[in-house]
Amino acid sequence: MDLHLDHITLVYPDGDATLTAVDDVSLTVPSGTVTALLGPSGSGKSSLLAVAGGLTRPTAGTVRFGDEPAPVFGTGTAADDATRTRLERIGFVFQQPQLIPSLTALEQLELLGHLGGRRPSAGRERCVALLDEVGLASSMHKRPGQLSGGQRQRVAIARALVGAPDVLLVDEPTSALDHERGAAVVALITGLARDIGAATLLVTHDESTLGDVAARAHLLDGRLTPDVPAVSR
Amino acid sequence: MFVALRDLRFARGRFLLMSAVIVLITYLVVFLSSLTQGLADDSTSAVTGLPADHLAFTEQADAAPAGPGGGPTFTGSQVTSDQWTAWSDVDGVTAAEPLGVATTRATSDATTAGVTAFGVRPGSALVPADADHDDPGSAVEPGAVVLSAGAADALGAGVGDALAAGTLDLAVSAVLDSDAAYAHTPVVWTSLDDWQALGAHTAPGADAGTVATVVALRTDGTSDSALADADRAIGTTTESLADSRSAISSYSSEHGSLLLMVAFLLGISALVVGAFFSVWTVSRRGDVAVLKALGASTRYLLGDAIGQALVILLIGVGVGTFLGAATAVLLSPVVPVAVSAATLLVPAAALIVLGVVGAALAIVQITRVDPHAALSAR
Repeated sequence: MDLHLDHITLVYPDGDATLTAVDDVSLTVPSGTVTALLGPSGSGKSSLLAVAGGLTRPTAGTVRFGDEPAPVFGTGTAADDATRTRLERIGFVFQQPQLIPSLTALEQLELLGHLGGRRPSAGRERCVALLDEVGLASSMHKRPGQLSGGQRQRVAIARALVGAPDVLLVDEPTSALDHERGAAVVALITGLARDIGAATLLVTHDESTLGDVAARAHLLDGRLTPDVPAVSR
Repeated sequence: MFVALRDLRFARGRFLLMSAVIVLITYLVVFLSSLTQGLADDSTSAVTGLPADHLAFTEQADAAPAGPGGGPTFTGSQVTSDQWTAWSDVDGVTAAEPLGVATTRATSDATTAGVTAFGVRPGSALVPADADHDDPGSAVEPGAVVLSAGAADALGAGVGDALAAGTLDLAVSAVLDSDAAYAHTPVVWTSLDDWQALGAHTAPGADAGTVATVVALRTDGTSDSALADADRAIGTTTESLADSRSAISSYSSEHGSLLLMVAFLLGISALVVGAFFSVWTVSRRGDVAVLKALGASTRYLLGDAIGQALVILLIGVGVGTFLGAATAVLLSPVVPVAVSAATLLVPAAALIVLGVVGAALAIVQITRVDPHAALSAR
């Protein structure tokens, strides 16, 4: 299902003034593809990702999925509706793994099913299979404190994909990794996302780790730069 | 409870510490409640156990201290024969019996002990039943005394033994299986004539017309206003049996002080639980933001956190209640404690409810956590 960002504007209060973090950005990420969102720090990449994921209400514009006429997120979206959409249709990979310290790797994935009202054990097979795909089958009963940084990031990737989301949003997944491991993480994310057909928006400032991700959008001061087309492959 | 239960296991040191605090507070509250009830029984059981529903007191004698709020007291009340007979004739009063109350010293062959003599008419229904007399009232007659179990223990006396009380020589005619106490002294029953020799002239301001301390009334459920009308006509003040406890010297202040301590402990427990969960919630704001970003509703997170608090409270209060009850039972031979559902379950329920309220006030911070914070590095 395609991800459509239509004329997104996000303005923050900044003391007595305002700060425009995202300025009338439109972008489409087709289903089963990956689009890299590039730009320097403060360019608005993470703000746009927050709007795309319903973490922040846009000041203007809408977020739509596929051909659905009604936007999933807009200026008037209720917090409860946004929460439900995130749970059922969106996968997040954060800059840091952001794992829950008290849960094992397997439980980090089972948590999503529990939040959806299912018994944790109901989706255990898929959770185990995903952990196997990211190379952590033997560590599924370890807590975050018992895993390396790279392992934690792979658990976070598996967690984002466990619900087979329509949209995958990835925020700077390589910021704490060297080039080689960063490229491997991006390759893992893009491979798994394509397998499940998710429209993936990947925010990064490190273009060198993107590998075969050809669709790249550049943000500068909250605007897409005109010389780079906002299309995806 | 998916995350909450795993948090309990993961951070077991912190939760054990908190549970231990709740155990100790519960232990104190339960033991203090048992002591409060035990002391109340030790002070009032003879009055609350009377086969009557109201007691009629007279105005305070000038030399007697007033009760709480200026109400009547046993030490200041002196009813006359006219007042007693007047109450017998009041509509709705099915029985009116004079009752004398006087604390004195009694001496047996074995020892001397403080007792409270309840003076009653021979054959009166106010005399408790005992195993040796078909007609309970028949055990009381001039020169005879009936001992409560506590009085028999204190004096080391049994049926047939002689007692000296004041200038009177009395023979023990019966010993009850049950205990009855008044103002922390065991109760004995004497005839009204003997009691008058003992007690009537010991009351401050007593006069020659005094026949007893109060009139014990049994009514057919007549209204309070009818009793008040009779009070005005006869010159007495009628209290229900439960309210009459306040007429016992020191009972109100003693009972009130202990209840205040229990109330403070309940308040402290709510604050302690609230403070713990306030700190705990602040420390896991990052996790809460991530859970919200992943799709956990605020309602789910609140339920999860309240459930966590409830588990800790149930464990802490359960263990504390058990330990408090066990201590009270072990000490009951030497300390006036009473263990009952009221002294165990009521404070335990109050601790749980107040603890949940305290935790809820702290946990409500969850509603203000912004899921956007999950995008920030931790």
